[in-house]
Amino acid sequence: MAEAQASRPPVVVVGGGIAGASAAETLRREGFDGRIVVVGDERALPYERPPLSKEFLLGAIPEAKVFLRAAEEYGAQDIELRTGTRATRLDVAQRRVELAGGESIAYDRLLLATGSEPVRLHVPGADLPGIRYLRTLDDARALAAEIASARASGGRVVVVGAGFIGAEVAADCRMLGLDVTLIEALPVPMLRALGAEMGGVFAELHRAHGVDLRLGEGVAAFRGAGRVEEVVTTSGARLGCAFAVVGVGVRPATEWLRDAGLTLENGVVVDCFCATTAPGVFAAGDVARWPYMMADATEPEMVRLEHWDNALRQAEVAARNMLGQQTPFAPTPYFWSDQYDWKAQYVGYARTWERVVVRGRPEDGAFIAFYLTGGRICAALAVNHVRELVPLKKLIGAALDPARLADAGEDLRGLSRQR
Amino acid sequence: MAVVTVGNEDDVQEGQPFRVEVEGTPIAIFLAQGELYAIGDTCTHEEFSLADGEMVDDYTVECALHGARFDIRTGRALSLPATGTAGSYPVWVEDGVIKVEVEE
Repeated sequence: MAEAQASRPPVVVVGGGIAGASAAETLRREGFDGRIVVVGDERALPYERPPLSKEFLLGAIPEAKVFLRAAEEYGAQDIELRTGTRATRLDVAQRRVELAGGESIAYDRLLLATGSEPVRLHVPGADLPGIRYLRTLDDARALAAEIASARASGGRVVVVGAGFIGAEVAADCRMLGLDVTLIEALPVPMLRALGAEMGGVFAELHRAHGVDLRLGEGVAAFRGAGRVEEVVTTSGARLGCAFAVVGVGVRPATEWLRDAGLTLENGVVVDCFCATTAPGVFAAGDVARWPYMMADATEPEMVRLEHWDNALRQAEVAARNMLGQQTPFAPTPYFWSDQYDWKAQYVGYARTWERVVVRGRPEDGAFIAFYLTGGRICAALAVNHVRELVPLKKLIGAALDPARLADAGEDLRGLSRQR
Repeated sequence: MAVVTVGNEDDVQEGQPFRVEVEGTPIAIFLAQGELYAIGDTCTHEEFSLADGEMVDDYTVECALHGARFDIRTGRALSLPATGTAGSYPVWVEDGVIKVEVEE
């Protein structure tokens, strides 16, 4: 029996981000004693991505602080970490993952945790040097260097896209003293996640901090002699810049899975146990599309989340289920964003909603917005209310009188216990 | 060693930890299955009070900020992103008050 165990192929995790690391550690913590191989295409050890667009760019933390662990701590857990190794193809019939360079490794069970990758702009001049994206630690290092050199020369940055990455980078650059133009094709920043009303609140925040915010504008071209010097917008404005940053969304990193026979629909489709349709193959994190069931809801909705907390939690559940458990992944989604002195936290999930109830006043710099559908709270955005995250989470799915939600005199902990 | 009174027996309820400061050290006090537990209150990942976290099962608190989990019986980190222990302290009830023992 022990021999059979020893000759079994390893559990393979493809992806060296938070999902991959979290899955590997969970497997060990749950008592799995076989081989675990984590394959990641980046050279760096697993690190935390959220600080890259926040504390790291601001220079508020040393680079060493972004790493989850030192290399020897993976060895101590008997986790084989293969960084700088790209998976290029999956063969579910042979149960093998092919790697760049021609090697292939057999798996007993497999977790797909390849995350997502930035959408690239394809306009004239898009390949000029000085146009930056932000996804990896290498990207963040390069962007930090651009910021440092623009600070020295007093240059301007043009940030393309006011999603969370673009808005955070714009805030970082303003805080570091750069002139910032932030352009966004939609009518307000972060529209898809926050909606028109709260997106508008963030538009005001950026303007109040001196950002030249241009809404309803896209990029027509980048221009420059050997390096980007100017961004030409769709309305014809010409914006001079020392460098540009593009944050126009991400797509799931599934290209390498195109002929694997898995169901791919804006991500790898999995069931509530994080399992794909292929035997022994699971997926978690940004790459996975899964059935989200709001508390007290009756119908799940297929979602793909691009949040760190989701990657961490979904990978834990996937790891348990890879060991034979049947734990459904049923989270209350959560993400945060730091912009200037605003600590924004968002719990729940809502693609559409019927109304937004606001508690407190955005102009005071501390408030909570509840997103309601059918009388229930489907999501909440809290700004500078970090101590109330736990009661807020418990309110997701609850049907409460909007007047009480809006009343800052009503204790949230008390309300959360009433549901 | 210093033994310090940190509150009354009825200050702590199941599922509702509270935070005290003892000799300059923030400590979170938990009541679980009728037993008291005391661990370092500051998450070892990033500075945040574990007493503001969520009890996800009888003996596990989850930091509200970034989701790190700790065993309230030992202070041990149970999940990423935390890797270091929060530490634990002897805690007991004596004459209706909660006492904690810390190193001086």
